[in-house]
Amino acid sequence: MSKVLRILVKLSAILTVSIFLITVGYIVIRGIPGLSWDMFAWKYTSENLSLVPAMITTIMLIVLVLAIAIPFGVLTGIYLTEYARQQSKVVIAIRLATETLAGIPSIVYGLFGMLFFVFRLQWSYSLIAGAFTAAIMVLPLIIRTTEEALLAVDPLLKQASLGLGATKLQTIVKVCLPVAMPGILAGVILSIGRIVGETAAFIFTLGTMAQLPTRLTESGRTLALHMYVLSSEAFHVREAFATALVLLVIVLVINRLSTRLSKLVNKTK
Amino acid sequence: MSRPETREKLMKVVFLLAALSSILALFLIMYFIFSAGIPFIKEYGLKAFLFGQVWSPVNSPQKYGIWPMIVGSFILTVGAALVGTPIGILSAVYLSYYAKGKLKYLFQSAVSLMASVPSIIYGFFALQLMVPISRALFGGTGMNIITASVLLGIMILPTIVSISESSLNAVPNRYYQGSVALGATKEISIFRTMIPAAKSGILSSVILGIGRAIGETMAVYMIAGNQPRLPKALTDGVRTLTTNIVLEMAYAGVEHRQALIATAMVLFVFILVINFLFFLMKRKDRHE
Repeated sequence: MSKVLRILVKLSAILTVSIFLITVGYIVIRGIPGLSWDMFAWKYTSENLSLVPAMITTIMLIVLVLAIAIPFGVLTGIYLTEYARQQSKVVIAIRLATETLAGIPSIVYGLFGMLFFVFRLQWSYSLIAGAFTAAIMVLPLIIRTTEEALLAVDPLLKQASLGLGATKLQTIVKVCLPVAMPGILAGVILSIGRIVGETAAFIFTLGTMAQLPTRLTESGRTLALHMYVLSSEAFHVREAFATALVLLVIVLVINRLSTRLSKLVNKTK
Repeated sequence: MSRPETREKLMKVVFLLAALSSILALFLIMYFIFSAGIPFIKEYGLKAFLFGQVWSPVNSPQKYGIWPMIVGSFILTVGAALVGTPIGILSAVYLSYYAKGKLKYLFQSAVSLMASVPSIIYGFFALQLMVPISRALFGGTGMNIITASVLLGIMILPTIVSISESSLNAVPNRYYQGSVALGATKEISIFRTMIPAAKSGILSSVILGIGRAIGETMAVYMIAGNQPRLPKALTDGVRTLTTNIVLEMAYAGVEHRQALIATAMVLFVFILVINFLFFLMKRKDRHE
């Protein structure tokens, strides 16, 4: 019995790792032959499916989303850890709301973004509509990581600051936030990863225009959307694989960065 | 009142207002989805909508029965849980009790990286590699319940592994020592003592995985076949609630679009129920 269980445990572990290696390995092997300098050309044309406009659009979108989500997320995190009385009704309502937001599927976010930002506010399929939709999506993540980072701050530091006559606000801004910064940053990077990999929420908010948007009210496509469009056309398999590889590398690097940063937090604790 | 004091008070209000933004966002989402979905259901009839077997929005007369999609979502979710749960829990046991040092670090990294792979990549991977294999094994197009369940099982694996692992780690070590001291082997101690002690944490990892599986869109869209009819065999294709929206939103007319939003509303209600279950589990975990 014990032996059987031990074998099952080890087999499962091997299976999990193999699945990961096969997924990544397959994309790498099929993706490399498709890579060419043309893919990184400045302009997108129907003959040359350059991914540069998509990459720049992705970066623009990330900047916009973070500009919206970080202030709200970090301020909420501060409120929840430093100001609110735990178990008060407001706190419970906020927690319930963020947890519910975290569980909503991205297609529902996409649909909401379309109904509210695209139709009601008449922003049309645009960078700004996509950015606001994604900002709500990553908000719970930023709130939670900010909270965790602030809770990990040594209370002695806070007491020392207050003891020296600093006000609560000064203590939060000059002592707590700098110490919690790596943790908050880890959450922000995790959010970037989520934005980079997202498709369903963007199809009906950002749209899928191939050209680089020059205004906030113009449509564009992120790298993941670019891959979605390519993969739905049967004759662009080669380009789709190459794009998948680029996307995968970016996402994996982002993941490692975030893990490094959150390790840093645990060390200083 | 001196200036610093005013600033303190002012900022407190700013923090509170920011914190209320997530409630506002949730309210807006629910308002827009429900205010478009409910009138449609009222007009079409709840029973005809939920339990109608035929979905044909472009034929005349239009029929909007989403029962096949509810069943499709349900089957794929159960399939994903069947694939992902045993492998996930056993892998968590490996991480928690067997893996050491560098190997443990590598394994943890692999699981974390797996969680970060975008669903569009999983979908494309499955389309290119798993669908042909499935086609060779089971015939047909290869886009069927089995292929989609296996892929979804893979996709929820990291969620189950990481949350199960942390709940196993949270079980006091003296339980393990006590069991071993009573003469139980390592495996018996793990499976008879530690896993039951971490039960609610493990269960909530599965619930979270199920939530992810039912909400998954792009990967399922690429490989599940998307036929809006009740499947008769595991080798039939299915359409889920999520894919129904992505497939038809682009060309939907007014009434059709409302039907799709109502589909999202049903999905939303399922997610709320799953979230609530997760919330209860976590509560129970804290009390134990």
